[in-house]
Amino acid sequence: MMWEIIYIFLGIGVAFNMLGSLGLIRFPDVYTRLHAGTKCTTFGSIFICFAIIAYGLWRWYDGEKEMISLAIHTFFAMIAILLTNPTGAHAIARAAHRSGVKPARAVVDDLEAKEGEND
Amino acid sequence: MLAFIASAVFCFVIWLLLTFNGRMWGTDEIVAGIVMACIAGYISRKIFIKDFKLANPKRWLMILAYLPRFFYEMAKANFDVAYRVLTGRIKPGIVKIAPDLKSDLAITTLANSITLTPGTLSVDVDEEKNLYVHWINVKDEVLEKMPRDYKPICSTFPEWARRIGE
Repeated sequence: MMWEIIYIFLGIGVAFNMLGSLGLIRFPDVYTRLHAGTKCTTFGSIFICFAIIAYGLWRWYDGEKEMISLAIHTFFAMIAILLTNPTGAHAIARAAHRSGVKPARAVVDDLEAKEGEND
Repeated sequence: MLAFIASAVFCFVIWLLLTFNGRMWGTDEIVAGIVMACIAGYISRKIFIKDFKLANPKRWLMILAYLPRFFYEMAKANFDVAYRVLTGRIKPGIVKIAPDLKSDLAITTLANSITLTPGTLSVDVDEEKNLYVHWINVKDEVLEKMPRDYKPICSTFPEWARRIGE
């Protein structure tokens, strides 16, 4: 029973990570690629973390006391992913816009107007 | 001083959790942990703690109450991106929203939530704390007014960010 739950978590995680990498190939410019590269990889990696936490807690419950550390470490890794992944995406997007990369096929660009005012 | 104690205690708790291996900690581990926590707390006291907003337990309850909603929106966001990856149906643009938040904590919460939720990615923030959001599927009715309506872009997240961070 536990193995099935772990495999389901792993399957969801791998599927979303794969969609994220597919998005990196298919989308036209850096901003839309960041959409795929942050949302999907965060969500997918969180599910992979869930699988590891489930495994660690299960082994711990079965009497292998040291396996609890696997679950705790993975939990911290999950929080780190959840906080740093969107932050890194902001940094990349902001740097891209400042260095003059225009969003492809954009219908509106308010930031462009604002930077124009400052010049 | 208070900032140093708070960050050192925080580091020490993290140390204890990371070195826990199913048995009680030995004395050597605890002593090493205290020394390390003091060093790390001294270095990071100005980065970790700017004010004592997060010492209020009500904010932690708010964060806990916010998590299920956030997780639901994140799941929705992933199916949204999956749909757009597979069909290639995008209409991107950068829009400016004025969420009217003042504290750094609130605006950080909002910006990170926006990035992980459907179709939006925060790009920049200006001096008046207006966010510039890259939106993958711009709706025409939002483009008509200039102070953009943030409801279609990030639903009720500004209210949540206000409850957590203001």
